[in-house]
Amino acid sequence: MIEEKTKSIAFPGQVHELPGGGVMLSKLDDVINWARSNSLWPLTFATSCCGIEYMSVAGAKYDFSRFGFEVARATPRQADVIIIAGTIVNKMAPVLKRLYDQMADPKYVIAMGACAISGGPFFYNTYSVVKGADHIIPVDVYVAGCPPRPEALIHALLSLQHKIKSGLTREQIRTTPIEQITH
Amino acid sequence: MLNEELKAAIADLLPEAVLIDGGEWVNVKVDASEWLAFAKQLRLEPALNFNFLFCLTCIDWKTHLTMVYHLSSTQYRHNMVVKVDLDANKPEVESVSSIWRTAEFHEREVYELFGVNFLNHPDLRLLILPDGWEGKNPLRKDFEDPINMIKL
Repeated sequence: MIEEKTKSIAFPGQVHELPGGGVMLSKLDDVINWARSNSLWPLTFATSCCGIEYMSVAGAKYDFSRFGFEVARATPRQADVIIIAGTIVNKMAPVLKRLYDQMADPKYVIAMGACAISGGPFFYNTYSVVKGADHIIPVDVYVAGCPPRPEALIHALLSLQHKIKSGLTREQIRTTPIEQITH
Repeated sequence: MLNEELKAAIADLLPEAVLIDGGEWVNVKVDASEWLAFAKQLRLEPALNFNFLFCLTCIDWKTHLTMVYHLSSTQYRHNMVVKVDLDANKPEVESVSSIWRTAEFHEREVYELFGVNFLNHPDLRLLILPDGWEGKNPLRKDFEDPINMIKL
């Protein structure tokens, strides 16, 4: 079990021990994916109470820096992943779209909490709330909860990392269930 | 001032005001035509000195609208609530923004969400709703939005 876990985190490639030192063989794609997945900087973006949990995950107790999420960037041009933490209202929708468009590829999207997934508690009888952020931008990972626990967000972040490491394209990330990823 | 003293003072100022019992604070219902003059007295009367309007909102009762003003005195630390009933078809009331400046924003919000027309307001236009929204008041009970609203 521990073996399995370390394997997915370890550098991708085979070490060939030779006299006087070893040689490592790998694929450039694998190395790029490995580097990319371990340096996913999220955008500082939160629209409601999920933002508090997001801040908690960024803080010392849960600390997503441990997993390569390092620092939240205050500009979309330096961010790799946008965590939609909170309700998206009709007035906010064009702003979210613009932020997403300003992010450089490769970019990823996590919908955190019920509001970002479907409008959540604001699904019925409201004129102002977008019924799911995926109406505006494509979402890679959905985190259930209202708001989700910090552990749930960390799980979502690690799932995204895992999918990137396994070499999936953006399209495949969205459509492949995490259980189907073998390596 | 204690609540009992407040009630007596209000009865002196405006005998027509109806005191509503129950609740933590003194509740008074006044007529829309008397409200502005009454508000000025509440603000300027030295013994009352209601210098802080800390909440201004509206309620849609389907039959009529009710404006609700929460007043406080930062000097005496006493509070009161004033309610003004309005006609749902033609909701109009004098603006109190000349007495409490904060009302300027709050009245714009009530204007866009409930469609209450505040007379003599210096700048009555939408506050948060997007431009072109005029005429539809989303917090009114009869508000319908077939595109964005999913009914339960």
